[in-house]
Amino acid sequence: MPDQPYSKSELMICIAARLFQDGTTAFIGTGIPMLAAMLAIKTRAPSVVPIFEFGGTGAIFEKLPNMVGGARTFHQAIAASGICDIMETAQRGFIDYGFIGGAQIDPYGNLNSTTIGDHDRPRARLPGSGGGNDVGSLCWKTVAIMQHDKRRFVPQVDFITTPGYLTGPGARERAGLPRDSGPVNVVSTLALMDFDPTTRRMRLLATHPGVTVDEVVANTGFELLLADKVGVNEPPSAEELRLLREEIDPEKLYR
Amino acid sequence: MQVLAQGRGELIQPPDLEAFREWNRTQKSRRLVDKVMSEHDAVSRFVSDGCYIGTELYGTVRCPMSLTREVIRQRKKDLRVLGQGVLELDLWIGAGLVKKIDLTYVGFEVFGTSSAFRRAVESGQIETCVEWSNGAITWRIKAAAMGVPFIATRAMLGSDTFEYSAAKIVTDPFTGMRVCLLPALILDVALIHVHRTDRFGNAQIDGITGFAFEMARASKRVIVSAEEIIPTAEIRRFPERTIIPYYLVDAVVHAPFGSHPGEMAYCYDRDDVVYREWIAASQTAEGAQAYLDKYIYNIPDHRAYLDLIGEARLNELVARRERRNA
Repeated sequence: MPDQPYSKSELMICIAARLFQDGTTAFIGTGIPMLAAMLAIKTRAPSVVPIFEFGGTGAIFEKLPNMVGGARTFHQAIAASGICDIMETAQRGFIDYGFIGGAQIDPYGNLNSTTIGDHDRPRARLPGSGGGNDVGSLCWKTVAIMQHDKRRFVPQVDFITTPGYLTGPGARERAGLPRDSGPVNVVSTLALMDFDPTTRRMRLLATHPGVTVDEVVANTGFELLLADKVGVNEPPSAEELRLLREEIDPEKLYR
Repeated sequence: MQVLAQGRGELIQPPDLEAFREWNRTQKSRRLVDKVMSEHDAVSRFVSDGCYIGTELYGTVRCPMSLTREVIRQRKKDLRVLGQGVLELDLWIGAGLVKKIDLTYVGFEVFGTSSAFRRAVESGQIETCVEWSNGAITWRIKAAAMGVPFIATRAMLGSDTFEYSAAKIVTDPFTGMRVCLLPALILDVALIHVHRTDRFGNAQIDGITGFAFEMARASKRVIVSAEEIIPTAEIRRFPERTIIPYYLVDAVVHAPFGSHPGEMAYCYDRDDVVYREWIAASQTAEGAQAYLDKYIYNIPDHRAYLDLIGEARLNELVARRERRNA
């Protein structure tokens, strides 16, 4: 996308922001999900209730939250509680969406943010679950937002930090995870995916503008299912870009 | 109750509920005793080599950073830690003080992964990392705070986070559901930074409370550091604000800007210059050592640390803080 007037990150944030459903509760992980949430609330989903793991519920975003426990996560909020309250709220079925990142994802939406290679002798030690496992286990619907390349979209993650559909249909329920929960979308730097309801495998729904289906397939390390009609996502609007650049991330942390 | 699966991780700190009750009966005074002391005295009295220790909230948010630095200054070693950490735990890891971690997260959020942590794990300096989710580790201390040996959750199931934890999966005898049981976690010592306390340790926090409520109740020793020490009469005017009552607390340390370079809600903003200085320096072991020398080993105490940061810089952080609506 060399001649596009926006960056890959900006595009990914805009596509992710459009997935927020107005009038729902959304658990917001650190990083890109924060920008997507703020953009969503400023555009098409003003009454989303953002929820942060260390206790912030229903903050008004004047400045971009930059830490999951930071003061901006409960700025003029409706409640400032603690982590038990938030995780228990998710466990009771009150949190509709969870937006998180990850280092690796597999066809069933399982996410790794713990280790690359063997756990006890890792090639790379990553941060660990944080709230990721809780979000992927306990929220109704999970959306993963990630860079798209073959090292990240892998046939099998090295470590299932956060459960997706595990090994396929029915596996979450057999493991004891809450009924009807699980990943619903993956937003990457190249495309928007969902999960086939029968096989629970990742499926290409729409490519980003300027990206071909072949490009997405070539950058995916497993067989990606294709929707009957693969669409093309709308590019960021001038207003979305203005909000992102002027109001949400003027310091260009994510450009 | 049938155990269906168990994680292969070590139970680093097995809970002894009866001993904890006995401890709380015999070792924790019910009297209002003045507990104000220096960070040096608090850490030397209550933090020992090999102890199981935790900090709250986390490295860049309302974190007991002055106490964290004092633990390094006193070179407490072989620490076993509750690993919900951003900067504080990373400094301990960079200083080579950590032996075992009940790990949920070590990293820098938007600024990426930790080099010091990677080096310490990949070299084997940290002997073991037992994995948990943030919810799970907090529910473990909640169980201890409740005085029960375990708590059940529907998180962790089906994942490798469970597989490398010390949790167990059982069939719930009431509903027949598969649930994950988390063992209670009783800490030897907790370090918690708060907005204000009286001299006895009755402590208040503004904004989110993270896991301070649970951790203070799950620990045998509690060191509270505070931005401000206020009269008990003020505590008694607003008793509903007391998150930590005095009888849980063993030491009170007055630490203005005690969370620096982290933020303190409504008081001061995060100091990204000093924060990012560590992230850059800790790319190498030598760089980490130079940072530790500059900000900790070559500095006698928190007061001198604040002198090093400088009044102008601190005032700037105050000016940048999040404010409540007028």
